Amino acid sequence: MADVLVVVDHVEGSVRKPTLELLTVARRLGTPVAVALGAGAGRTVEVLAGHGASRILVSEAGEYADFLVVPKVDALHQAVKLVDPVAVLTVSSGENKEIAARLALRLESGVVTDAVDVEAGGEGPVAVQSAFAASYTTRSRVTRGIPVITVKPNSAPVEPAAAAGAVEELAVEFSPAARGTRVVSRSARESTGRPELTEAAIVVSGGRGLGSGENFALIEALADALGAAVGASRAAVDAGWYPHAHQVGQTGKSVSPQLYIASGISGAIQHRAGMQTSKTIVAINKDAEAPIFDLADYGIVGDLHTVVPQLTEEVAARKG
Amino acid sequence: MSLRIVVCVKYVPDASGERGFADDLTVDREGVDGLLSELDEYAVEQALRIAEAAGGDASVTVLTVGPEDAREAVRKALSMGADQGVHVEDDDLHGSDVMGTSLVVASAVERAGFDLVVCGMASTDGVMGVLPALLAERLGVPQVSLLSEVSVTGGVVSGRRDGDTASEVLEASLPAVVSVTDQSGEARYPSFKGIMAAKKKKVESWDLEELDLDAELVGSAGAWTEVDTAVERPARSAGTVVKDEGEGGLRVAEFLASRKFV
Repeated sequence: MADVLVVVDHVEGSVRKPTLELLTVARRLGTPVAVALGAGAGRTVEVLAGHGASRILVSEAGEYADFLVVPKVDALHQAVKLVDPVAVLTVSSGENKEIAARLALRLESGVVTDAVDVEAGGEGPVAVQSAFAASYTTRSRVTRGIPVITVKPNSAPVEPAAAAGAVEELAVEFSPAARGTRVVSRSARESTGRPELTEAAIVVSGGRGLGSGENFALIEALADALGAAVGASRAAVDAGWYPHAHQVGQTGKSVSPQLYIASGISGAIQHRAGMQTSKTIVAINKDAEAPIFDLADYGIVGDLHTVVPQLTEEVAARKG
Repeated sequence: MSLRIVVCVKYVPDASGERGFADDLTVDREGVDGLLSELDEYAVEQALRIAEAAGGDASVTVLTVGPEDAREAVRKALSMGADQGVHVEDDDLHGSDVMGTSLVVASAVERAGFDLVVCGMASTDGVMGVLPALLAERLGVPQVSLLSEVSVTGGVVSGRRDGDTASEVLEASLPAVVSVTDQSGEARYPSFKGIMAAKKKKVESWDLEELDLDAELVGSAGAWTEVDTAVERPARSAGTVVKDEGEGGLRVAEFLASRKFV
């Protein structure tokens, strides 16, 4: 079967969940060959082999951390030449999309970003995307070269699948452009202990209706009871109530969890653009006319300051 | 030495209106109000701030590629304070994918002359967010992208990029391509004076011939991707909405349990 190149997203060797979803997608198209770059890449092998990677190409050069984007493009370009895959898959993120696009240009191949699913088609992979704040579903193909597709988190289940997982050192010759953008310093985001917003199965979000930053404690408590990530509307972020990294919406992060709970969020188009593909949506809002109720599978018209704590308590009780 | 800044902007369908696809599966622009993409306003703002910090020894050229209406996006940026505009318009551009668009933008940026290209983080219609990176690749200059803070000093552009897992401080020597996020700083409103002044500013109009580009390389003919289908998502079937009578939280918990979330 043809090889499919899967770009591994990892932090110091710890493979992030969307990459495991990507391996599920890759198996529909062919045999996954994983590429892991940067410090700790070698430590990804066991997990990748356990999720279907037949080969794992590893390169731990320091350039990936010291310079932006181009070193990884160089590495993937060489991996593609080595493997000659039928497609390259990577997890959608700001940086990965940039890497994917530059790689595609070098390969003279088309690129599709933010697929919510990828299907095997008669003429190559078909990428399913969601357009215009999820009001349309499109199906696209790459018509030239090796399809390079970025796939959003939560697009496929994680399925264990034993594979050979043969490890190979990827020899990378960096281009002169690789040293163009220097990373002067890097500080890891402080961990909240909660799942990362874009990859969480459940997201609990708060908006203007909270009334203050302190009241985000209500949202956090519910999130913790559900093992969820915390999101915020633009209004809440602009008011300084919660960090921008948690903003859900057109100018923030786009999420597609199994369950999305919106509290005190009216559901302006900006916000809907970032959460409308959530599988199940629950809304809690005082205003019965709030547009968020048009999307909700279940809605409560009421004061979140009483509804949310009651919900948190009941969830905790049911979980025992 | 003066600093030549080019800001790339896009004219997009208003997100608060009905957006859709035309019969050829390109974005339907008929009967839809357009405007300067909100995310590009941040790029214009940062370009103006960088120019101001350079003490007037800088020029800001606003560049757009698109049909006739797209000129309005240029006008808006000029009324905010950009010095001059370039509008690339050609019937053969219809149906371009991001590869074709980046080719046209790169050619136009080169023709305009640049030390720094400033872009928004993504368009608000296609939302791919890859054009700045493709520009950098095509122009052979560094990209310093997705910045929440940006500044230029002594021929070096630097800025902060907040990623999923880390925050990075980046720098590169000019010439370079940067893109800025909605966290980079609120965009200014055009003043009356700015709006009046914009009417006198020059907007050049270029077509493919002036950019020395073959029509086969752009538009639908030059696209490396194809949209096979675009289907309107059925509106979500109306869910249950109940008024809180003191047991709202318990009701939601029951619902969550029925869907096996708890």
